[in-house]
Amino acid sequence: MSLDLIGVTVRPKGGAVLFPPLTLRIAAGEVTTVMGPSGVGKSTLLDAIGGHLAHGWALQGEIRLNGRDLRPLPPEARRIGVLFQDAMLFPHLSVGANLAFGLAPGIRGEARRAAVEHALAQAGLEGFANRDPATLSGGQRARAALMRAILARPQALLLDEPFSRLDAGLRGEIRAFTFDHLRAAGIPALLVTHDAGDAQAAGGALVSL
Amino acid sequence: MTGEGRALRLAVLLLVMGGLVLPIAAGFGGTALAAFGHLPAIGSEGLSLEPWRQLFALPGLWTSLRLTLVTGIGSTLLALALAAGFLGATHGRLGAGARARLLAPFLAVPHAALAIGLAFLIAPSGWIARALSPWATGWDRPPDLATVNDTAGLALMLALLIKEVPFFLLVMGSALAQLPLRQTEAQGRALGYGRGVVWMKLILPQLYPLIRLPVFVTLAYALSVVDMAIILGPSNPPTLAVAITRWFSAPETRLILPASAAALLQAGIVAAAILIWLLAEALIRRIGHWWIWRGGRGVSSEPGLRLAGVAVLALMALGALAVLSLLVWSFAFRWSFPAALPESWSLRGWQGQGWRRALETTLILGLVSTLLSLTLAVAWLEGEDRGRRSRAGWAQGLIYLPLLLPQVGFLYGLNVLFLQFGLGGGLFAVIWAQMLFVFPYVMLALSDPWRALDPRALRAAAALGASPGRQFRTVKLPMLAGPLMTAAAIGFAVSVAQYLPTLFMGAGRVATLTTEAVTLSSGSDRRVVGVYALLQAALPFLAYGAAIILPALIWHDRRGMTGGGPA
Repeated sequence: MSLDLIGVTVRPKGGAVLFPPLTLRIAAGEVTTVMGPSGVGKSTLLDAIGGHLAHGWALQGEIRLNGRDLRPLPPEARRIGVLFQDAMLFPHLSVGANLAFGLAPGIRGEARRAAVEHALAQAGLEGFANRDPATLSGGQRARAALMRAILARPQALLLDEPFSRLDAGLRGEIRAFTFDHLRAAGIPALLVTHDAGDAQAAGGALVSL
Repeated sequence: MTGEGRALRLAVLLLVMGGLVLPIAAGFGGTALAAFGHLPAIGSEGLSLEPWRQLFALPGLWTSLRLTLVTGIGSTLLALALAAGFLGATHGRLGAGARARLLAPFLAVPHAALAIGLAFLIAPSGWIARALSPWATGWDRPPDLATVNDTAGLALMLALLIKEVPFFLLVMGSALAQLPLRQTEAQGRALGYGRGVVWMKLILPQLYPLIRLPVFVTLAYALSVVDMAIILGPSNPPTLAVAITRWFSAPETRLILPASAAALLQAGIVAAAILIWLLAEALIRRIGHWWIWRGGRGVSSEPGLRLAGVAVLALMALGALAVLSLLVWSFAFRWSFPAALPESWSLRGWQGQGWRRALETTLILGLVSTLLSLTLAVAWLEGEDRGRRSRAGWAQGLIYLPLLLPQVGFLYGLNVLFLQFGLGGGLFAVIWAQMLFVFPYVMLALSDPWRALDPRALRAAAALGASPGRQFRTVKLPMLAGPLMTAAAIGFAVSVAQYLPTLFMGAGRVATLTTEAVTLSSGSDRRVVGVYALLQAALPFLAYGAAIILPALIWHDRRGMTGGGPA
């Protein structure tokens, strides 16, 4: 698996490009980090890759996932997960239902419940299936969000400063948890961050915008 | 806490309790006593179940009950589904400002005027039949179809939908602004869900709890509506609220006691409908959780959302044409059946003097009740500010109370009470009764913008030595000029639209555009009815227009006050 960006940049329609065209390849299990000052367009780059560009923005260049051109695909068909600064657990669903939300519909009945329980156990959240996500700590939320993203079996993952809201002690732990899982699952990932520590922990290529 | 603030809050509380809660409670009390046979005014004393026996012996009661439940619950449910579908199909594509401009005319038009215009449009001899005849339909005379006053109440439901869908779009639109919409959608779609499924599985379940109270208000209204149901609803038997109004207004007094029992029943029906709604909510929540848990990605909901979007646009087109047909008919002279437009025009409909007096009365009632309500609302909000406290749940409930209760449930009892104190049957009583409904809407319209006022502006003024009174006069009121005028326009529109309070409390002696239009709507000359209904529709439009234009004129040289933001 690999995610390829070939000469990618974004611009508001009728405006100038936000950053010079970017070409990079992220191999399976690799985490490439993009750093740069606020407002340079890091999050917009992730939006472009995931297919979430707001109205009025245009993508330039080519994005390929395992050789497949992503540009014509809507976000739901791209198989690219995202993790935000906010864990974005859906507040109307229990923790377990949040994880099940990522799981493919083909897994049914007892197998579905077991898959959710297994993922919860991996995240150190045994017995949390019926909990209200609002009662979770920041670290627990971050782990649950990662498990939800992985259960959807993405072919690439975009990380939009997912550790920036965590306090320093927790950050290292969640970082290691996330990167270990990505490496184990062999998912190429693109991380956007302000924090040089994140880039170091990711261990992959570093791009500055 | 200052003594001044406490005195203000106490005064407001006393006014609201004495002016709003007490009359409603007393009105219900009076109605309840009459329902059990105690109404000395007509010489009936002591308690008995006789009124109830009489009520259940009245012909058509069960049909009336069924009609009420079907049209009330049906229209609310359908309106909610259509509004949710429309928003699902258009959110992100239609900006909040554009949506507000699109909705304002539909929110402004009074129920009665819309219903009359719709009757002009869909009646067998209406505009639609004329436009399609004879070339498409072959009709050279109006067909014998019951498209208005149909026994199933479909015309009534259609009219309710035209008013309710825009209202739901408004409240849903502003609730939507409180949700992290973009991120939720990105997250849902990144997990493989289509746009429509994300809307139904992720956004609607978060949106609905925010709009529950307006949903109940709409449900209560649709179950109790009188003016629209007289104009468009089934006539024999009519919906329960219309039947009650007829019984109360009948020349002989023997129906007053069973009518009071029915008024109590009407309140019970609203309560029961809300209970049924709550049970259905619980059921849908369970089914929804199971549906979400299964994880189906599907794109099959998209066509459904688009269909709802098209249906909403069709409803809006009907509403716009309905108001336009009022204009055309009020200036029509000769207009024989299949002609699409009048053959000759005239001002004959405008020649009578009746509409001038009705217009005058409507204006007086609207201006006075709006001004008083606005003053009370400002005093309430300023009292909250000075006490530095947020609104308690019970206070919020007090504001919604008159909107959740069926008008017919307490207005007659209130009228009897007013008559006992020698206050009934005049402008004073009507203004009071209208304020029961004008004040809540003014309060709801003003609360959010009032709280959204940047507190730093007030702190800056206080730091410069301005007293609370001076802050209020020189900072708050001017900065809130726009929202104040919008709230006034809404209050004025609510007053203009009132039918039952004017009818009951005015004891038939206070004639407004609304009461006249409703009375004339059955069987009078369309040209004359058109004049009244057009004027009734025009007043709220003018008020809304003024609310938009005046602040823009006052603040034309202050960009920060006209939404432009600092340069």
